[in-house]
Amino acid sequence: MSPHASTEMAPDLRKQRRWGETAIHALLFLFATLSILTTAGIVIVLFSQALRFFARPEVNLWAFLTDSAWQPQIDRFGIMVLVIATLITSVIAMIVAIPLGMMIAIYLSEYASPRTRNTLKPILEVLAGIPTVVYGYFALTFMTPLLQGLIGKDVVEIFNVAAAGIVIGILILPLVTSMAEDALSAVPDLLREAAYGLGATRLETALKVVTPAALSGLAAAFIVAVSRAIGETMIVAIAAGAGPRNFDSWSDAFHNLAIFNPFKAAETMTGHIVRISGGDISYESIDYDSLFAIGLTLFLITFALNLISRRVVKRFREVY
Amino acid sequence: MNIQTTAATYAIETRNLNVYYGDFHAVKDVNLRIHKNKITALIGPSGCGKSTVLRCFNRMNDLIPSARIEGDVLFHGKNIYDPDVDPVQVRRRIGMVFQKPNPFPKSIYDNVAWGAKINGFKGDLDALVQESLERAALWNEVKDKLDASGYSLSGGQQQRLCIARALAVKPDIILMDEPTSALDPIASLRIEELMWELAQDVTIIVVTHNMQQAARVSDYTAFFTVTPDRTGYMEEFGETPQIFTTPASKITEDYITGRFG
Ligand SMILES: Nc1ncnc2c1ncn2[C@@H]1O[C@H](COP(=O)(O)OP(=O)(O)O)[C@@H](O)[C@H]1O
Ligand SMILES: [Mg+2]
Repeated sequence: MSPHASTEMAPDLRKQRRWGETAIHALLFLFATLSILTTAGIVIVLFSQALRFFARPEVNLWAFLTDSAWQPQIDRFGIMVLVIATLITSVIAMIVAIPLGMMIAIYLSEYASPRTRNTLKPILEVLAGIPTVVYGYFALTFMTPLLQGLIGKDVVEIFNVAAAGIVIGILILPLVTSMAEDALSAVPDLLREAAYGLGATRLETALKVVTPAALSGLAAAFIVAVSRAIGETMIVAIAAGAGPRNFDSWSDAFHNLAIFNPFKAAETMTGHIVRISGGDISYESIDYDSLFAIGLTLFLITFALNLISRRVVKRFREVY
Repeated sequence: MNIQTTAATYAIETRNLNVYYGDFHAVKDVNLRIHKNKITALIGPSGCGKSTVLRCFNRMNDLIPSARIEGDVLFHGKNIYDPDVDPVQVRRRIGMVFQKPNPFPKSIYDNVAWGAKINGFKGDLDALVQESLERAALWNEVKDKLDASGYSLSGGQQQRLCIARALAVKPDIILMDEPTSALDPIASLRIEELMWELAQDVTIIVVTHNMQQAARVSDYTAFFTVTPDRTGYMEEFGETPQIFTTPASKITEDYITGRFG
């Protein structure tokens, strides 16, 4: 009898069909594809509608990038005045949110007892759930009067970018803090012990070991926060002003740095989009098409920001 | 080697050291004298409190919120648990090397320079880095790539980097908690040789679960074990050859012979 012909039951090693497994796999793949397709769809619509805007005879790309006013009534479409307003609110927001958020995050992750951390973090996350319209009125009815009281009614207008920017900063603070705290907590205790073992204080450990080691996570937190600040709409729509801060020429704009004055009204990209699309706007109008051009600009700015920060982080991050 | 008895020969002396984690009495009544510029091994079964005792010597237990210490740990005749003692200053004099190599995610150079920098070192940093790496027997392997990440090194090299980093602060004592348990046998032997060389001018206290290592490397051995309610205590202390050949205690003998087969 040859050894192969043994009558002993051979184990069944053939490939098994697992239909459930296959079905779930297919379903998950479908969802993944769907989310990518949706994003792609949005980008395509954005681009094609924006192209329609640039194809109009009244519009030219050079003027779009260099004109110092956004006045559709007289065919002036200078996106920079809107971009600069967005820039100012976002920079003010980040000046508020990043140092404060980092301090709270370092406190929570490196100083607070587990009990304090476990009470404070959920509270912080609840703050993130407050509707932004509430923040908008907070900016208008609290922050603006506060600034007026501190700096002077003659300097600070009723609608101004500073109040909006500060309140955006407050709005994104929980987000920054929570993500930064996650990044810091993810740094292994081994590294903290190494630092303490060399005679480092808590502060030296937090600032010179934990923070650099968490850099890529922190940068991710900041990018999300900046994107959120740039995209924030309700607060600027309510508190920053209802019209672009236009200038006849750039020399006017830069005279006394008037274009950067945070205490005057201005309209950001998002603020403009929400105001125009809120009115009765017709599909064929140039106003309608211009919204997509603004939307595309917003998209490209956030996209570029993401790419650049990835590069920067790759350069400086510490891999452990 | 003579056991001298003047107080100055002891690098560390504990008096009725007791450690609690919350309600759990982890270690009781440790009276231990660590001799200067000698290697002392702490051995014993897992969970008997070797790491706990070791971490008392430079107040690393302060980082564990539930830990509580009673008794004295004398360093230069001063109890390091006195209220007026700064644990940061203690750790500058008493360095530590951990079970798993834990270099900073920085360059080899910065790893070594870091401790000295935060301690306000004013001299020639390059020279200090070189000297420390030489003392840790790592210089020749890394002298051409000081800018490379500490993590680009092998496990054994990483551990020697951690030793160099500790040496750069010029400590009187280095505590090592199972420094070779994550390393292969050859890398382990290199660390052991290194310990011998370092003991010429630093005191080393090493926790090890490896009997042969304790026998090879140490001058003195402290054997720890646990009571039935899992509280650790020091069963026997003596010169290493005596502990391994003629232990006074039956429990020590059982443990040592059990391990040697
Ligand atoms: N952070 C801690 N919290 C509570 N119990 C601990 C902690 N660390 C160690 N223990 C307990 O203390 C005892 C001694 O632990 P350890 O010193 O790590 O022992 P060894 O190093 O000898 O293996 C063990 O019973 C352990 O479970
Ligand atoms: Mg241990």
